[in-house]
Amino acid sequence: MLLNQFLVLGAVLFSIGVYGVIARRNAVLVLMSIELILNSVNINLLAFSLRSGTPDGHTFALYVIAVAAAEVGVGLAMVLLMYRNRRSIALDELAEMKG
Amino acid sequence: MFAASSEAASAALTSGFFLENAWVIPVIPAVAFALIIFFGRRMPMKGSEFGILSMVASLVFSGGAIMQWIDRVNGAGEEQFIAPIVKTWTWWQSGGMEFGLGQHVDGLTLAVLGVVAFISTLVQIYSVEYLRGDRRYTHFFASLTLFSAGMMNMVVAENMIQLILGWEIMGLCSFMLIGHWWEEGANSRAALKAFFTTRTGDVGLLAGTSILFFAANDWTQKTLGVSGFSIRGLSAWALSGEPSHSAIVWGAAALFIAAIGKSGQFPLHTWLPDAMAGPTPVSSLLHSSTMVVAGVFLVARLYPVFFEGMDILGGSSNFIVIIGGITIVIAAALAFVQTDIKKVLAYSTVSQLGYMMMGLGAGAWLPAVFHIFTHAFFKACLFLGAGSISHSASHHSFEMKKDMGGLRKFMPVTFGTWVISTLALCGVFPFSGFFSKDEIIDNVGHNGYTLFMYVGLGGAFLTAAYMTRATYLTFFGEPRGAAAGEHHDDGHGDAHAAHDDHAHDDHGHHDHHDAHAAHDGHHGDSHGPHESPALITVPLVILATLAIGSGLLNAVPFGHSFENFTKWVEPRVEVISPTGLATVVGGPGASRPAAEEEGDGHSAEEGHHDSPCGKETPKDGVCVAPQLSHAEFKWSKAALSMIIVLLGMVISWVLCVQLYDRKNKALVGLTERNALLGRGYRFLVNKYYLDALYENVIVRGIAHPVSAAAYWVNQNVLDGAVNGAGNITRKVSGWVYRNVDQRVVDGTVNASGEAARGLGGFLRPVQSGKVNQYGALLFGTAAIGALVLVIINT
Amino acid sequence: MEVLSDHNWVLSVGTFLPLVGVLIMLFIPKGEEALNKAVGLGTAVATLAVGIFTMIQFDYGKAGEMQFVAQTEWISVIKSSYLIGVDGISLPLYFLSMVITVLVMIYSWDHVPSPGNPKAFFILMLVLQTGMAGTFIARDLILFFVFFELVLLPMYFMIGVWGGENRQYASLKFFLYTMFGSALMLVAFLALFFKTGAESFSIPYLVENGGAIAKNVQVWIFAGMFVGFAVKVPMFPFHTWLPDAHTQAPTQGSVILAAILLKLGTYGFVRIAIPILPEAAKEWAPWIGLLSVIGIIYGALGCLAQTDMKRLIAFSSVAHMGFVMLGISTLTPFGLNAAMFGMVAHGLITGMLFFLAGSVKERYHTLEIKRLSGMLKQMPRLGWILGFCAMASLGLPGLAGFWGEFPAILSAYQPADGLPVETFRTFMVVAALGTVLAAGYLLWLYQRTAFGEPTAEFAPGHGHDEDIHDVGTFEWIAWTPLLVAIVVFGVYPQLMFKVLDPAVKVALKAFGS
Repeated sequence: MLLNQFLVLGAVLFSIGVYGVIARRNAVLVLMSIELILNSVNINLLAFSLRSGTPDGHTFALYVIAVAAAEVGVGLAMVLLMYRNRRSIALDELAEMKG
Repeated sequence: MFAASSEAASAALTSGFFLENAWVIPVIPAVAFALIIFFGRRMPMKGSEFGILSMVASLVFSGGAIMQWIDRVNGAGEEQFIAPIVKTWTWWQSGGMEFGLGQHVDGLTLAVLGVVAFISTLVQIYSVEYLRGDRRYTHFFASLTLFSAGMMNMVVAENMIQLILGWEIMGLCSFMLIGHWWEEGANSRAALKAFFTTRTGDVGLLAGTSILFFAANDWTQKTLGVSGFSIRGLSAWALSGEPSHSAIVWGAAALFIAAIGKSGQFPLHTWLPDAMAGPTPVSSLLHSSTMVVAGVFLVARLYPVFFEGMDILGGSSNFIVIIGGITIVIAAALAFVQTDIKKVLAYSTVSQLGYMMMGLGAGAWLPAVFHIFTHAFFKACLFLGAGSISHSASHHSFEMKKDMGGLRKFMPVTFGTWVISTLALCGVFPFSGFFSKDEIIDNVGHNGYTLFMYVGLGGAFLTAAYMTRATYLTFFGEPRGAAAGEHHDDGHGDAHAAHDDHAHDDHGHHDHHDAHAAHDGHHGDSHGPHESPALITVPLVILATLAIGSGLLNAVPFGHSFENFTKWVEPRVEVISPTGLATVVGGPGASRPAAEEEGDGHSAEEGHHDSPCGKETPKDGVCVAPQLSHAEFKWSKAALSMIIVLLGMVISWVLCVQLYDRKNKALVGLTERNALLGRGYRFLVNKYYLDALYENVIVRGIAHPVSAAAYWVNQNVLDGAVNGAGNITRKVSGWVYRNVDQRVVDGTVNASGEAARGLGGFLRPVQSGKVNQYGALLFGTAAIGALVLVIINT
Repeated sequence: MEVLSDHNWVLSVGTFLPLVGVLIMLFIPKGEEALNKAVGLGTAVATLAVGIFTMIQFDYGKAGEMQFVAQTEWISVIKSSYLIGVDGISLPLYFLSMVITVLVMIYSWDHVPSPGNPKAFFILMLVLQTGMAGTFIARDLILFFVFFELVLLPMYFMIGVWGGENRQYASLKFFLYTMFGSALMLVAFLALFFKTGAESFSIPYLVENGGAIAKNVQVWIFAGMFVGFAVKVPMFPFHTWLPDAHTQAPTQGSVILAAILLKLGTYGFVRIAIPILPEAAKEWAPWIGLLSVIGIIYGALGCLAQTDMKRLIAFSSVAHMGFVMLGISTLTPFGLNAAMFGMVAHGLITGMLFFLAGSVKERYHTLEIKRLSGMLKQMPRLGWILGFCAMASLGLPGLAGFWGEFPAILSAYQPADGLPVETFRTFMVVAALGTVLAAGYLLWLYQRTAFGEPTAEFAPGHGHDEDIHDVGTFEWIAWTPLLVAIVVFGVYPQLMFKVLDPAVKVALKAFGS
């Protein structure tokens, strides 16, 4: 069934995203990975929405897109500041939050 | 326009344009005031033309009204009640109460109105010369004109509110005019003192008006259809037998306090001599002839209220007659120790006002009112004469001992008018003062106030003596100081050479005394004493003429046909139907004809001579004037007072010659040698220490310790409470923080914290600070969570 | 409540138009000072135009009824609705708030106090305007409360940012004091709400049903409102925030504070406390009267102790508001009319006095009475205006101040039925004595500052000639309307009384008058 394929695609994208977040040092790539995760969720939402025949999933997906846009905006701004301050966007060099 | 009375003798009362429109009289100067304020500076005569024109117009209107009133009286029956011409328009209303503006015109109104308009006109003309070139010339005329508007408004007032309006405007103008040369600290202090003292009295005016209003309103509304502020309403109410004793006593007492303040009666007279700091025309107009009689006028206007409230003619002394009597003597005594000619005149004014008050308090209504009338002319003349001397002879000094003497040769006109007015003031036959003052004394005795008759006679003696002294010091003997051509500008370092510059210098200093930038201008041409120019002498001559002639209006000794003032001014005591009391106009032009026709002829049956007005309650109808009787004139009594006056003059003259001219060793320096006399002298010089009492004890008491204490309370107690509350809150919160929060709550927290620390140490490596590891942890946990979910759900 | 007029939008527009101006100004950069000022002033003028339209459309024959009533649901959960309207009591104050805002803005055109930033300053004034106007038209307690509190914040910032040296303390004191009062007031409102069956917060409803509350409960509810309103008035002994706030506030703040803010308290008494809780009002009236006359004397004594001109004027407010409260405490239409008139007159006169104090400060950089002298000589016009205002303030007949003061004294002679007559007559005499003290401190101030020669420090040629100049153009424009109004209302008080009278009678219906 089509649903399965959608869910598989979502799972794959999600996994790629998770990998990116965990493994990548480059902050921009981490952000892109987060996007991937969010979009994989979107795919799942749409798939379930199609299946159930209600527009709730669509609505939610749109909402996620909007939030994602904002998130990227904020994230990129942070990256930019980071770069301005230390001429690098390597995440493993950032350990100020160490407890 | 009057009560329908079935009596054959009563004829219809006539009226006329000027009488019907008497309310215009105060409006004219009010408009002129506005014109002066807005356009005065740009006019060729700097605004004085507006003032003088408006005064002339008011004079014409007043004159017209007086003529028409005389016609009205002459056309009426001998004993017929002459209804005042009353009009009223609603000014404002609130909470069911109506406040009107209007006019209440009767003989008293017109007598005072005529005086005010006449003297205002003369004083304004005089001021054109006297203040020529003054820096605030326009302001001066604006204030003078506004004053006239206020005074005339008070005089024509239909109700108490309107009267208060005029009353306070006069107070304001008095303040502005006394402080006209405010650069000098003494002047501004005098202005403040005058305003503040009269304002203290005005508490009585406000309170008295309130008391009377609420006491009378129901009755006046029911009976007359007018409010309890209305003057005729209050008058009729007072004599109706209705008033509760306490209301009318308190009301009258409160109003009398206002009269004491305004008319410089003991013990609030102290402001009046200080008010002489103002320019001389002001002293002449406001502080001798017109404004200061406002208090007397108030008592005369609401005479029924005082008559009943103060129990006048009740067989014993009352408040008014006592205050009047005290004032006569204490002020006359003070006049002896003054060296400033204006101060002598000021105390003389206070003393004369005491005569008027005493007369009113003793039931001598008409002589008292007549004394307002005659006194205005001769006192204004005396003041203007003093101004003339300072203007042209004494170098703007008013010091008799230092800067005057022997002036009769240089200033014949001023001297002549001065002597005439002095004789009038002393009450010498046949000058006007005789006909009014002697009548007061006579009637006071006639009405049974024998003690006060002697007070009056003693006052006459003192008056004659101090005026002789002033005349001697000013016009006789050798010229001294400035009058002799010297310039003793003490405290005025740049002396005479700089004088001419002053005129052009806006920041110029001011002379010690009645100084103004203006006069410096004509110093150049005339240094010695000389006669004043025509603008000054003509008003003097006119006033002097009236000082002789005005007495003939009510020359009782010459027989009944000379008692015109009595005929025209004294209200007739007839019981009239309430509707006949006056023409009432409900609105502009809307007269109420019903009021004219409704008379039911009650008055017809009442005999005139045993009219119940006064101590008894009229059976039907109302009346607005108490029954008063007049003393029979006897030459023997007049001769007695004449002798006393002449005695005063002669004794004073002899003493003056001995003391000032001959320098008699027995007299000079007597006050230093004799302890008792010295003490008396110092007592007088210090004005009975009243000023010290007011300024140092009362005013300073309130202004300093009391207000400081109040403020201390404010800052330390009330504000302290607030700040204290703040501090306590902070302290409590601090305590709570330290003891409860830190020990108890935090104790618990800390204990748990200790436990947590061990765990934390264990978990610390997790907090690597690396974003990626955080992400890994997050997803790891999520994955575990998902697994758990899956396991549970399967 | 039915709609009486087709123009029921005018009140909402008149109230919220300033916020539109604020919105526009938010988009104008801070640097564009002239533009910011122009937009601010333009908004205020437009608001005033709406106010004038309201005045024209107002049916003066029915001044006792609510007009331009608008009602919509607002917060239905707590049964509060957006219910607004004006009657003869609100109208003068509503309009006055608009006029004062415009005049203050004109004055601010070249008098922005340090540290500058006209954008923020003008925005705050516009917000204030909305709060003030809203308070006077609100006919729902929650709405009233919101507007009442809305006024607080801009004023707090005005004092705290643009104030004098001690501004932090003053602004905080002002804020906390008023909040304290408001808290009790809110409790009282809630109590009122629940005691009338939790049906509605609308004032007309509460007026109808408030009388049924048990008397002892009424008394307590009234107490809560009393504190809330008395702090704002301010009545003795809740007045201590006032001198500090006034002294530290910038001129504009002082003017608005004196002219409008103080009236919110007295208005609250007239509009809410007395009509809703007539029984309690009767119980409280003698105490209010007592505190009023204490305030009159005490404020006057406070004035006499001052060395600072502005602080003196601030204390005189305590005394003048005492007269207003005395009129209110009589619970008679006559007394309430006097009080309402007194509010407007005090707004005009004391507002004007604060303007003058501001201008004096700007010229001499000090307000210490000791150091000022001969103002008439250096600035004749300003000196005369000061004299005029002092005379108006001390209650000279023919100027507006008298018609607030004298009728209030008069009304105390005969308070409403059931009030202790002798007590009130005593109050009358004490209040009349207060007029003497008023003359004392105002003339003393005037004599010391205006008369005489300038002190050596400020004499010509001592480096102050640049600053010391006579009344400027913007000052003229801002002051003339106030001066004219003082004369007009003084000469023809009927203008205001005829609007007030019917409405006051309605407000006092419960007292059978």
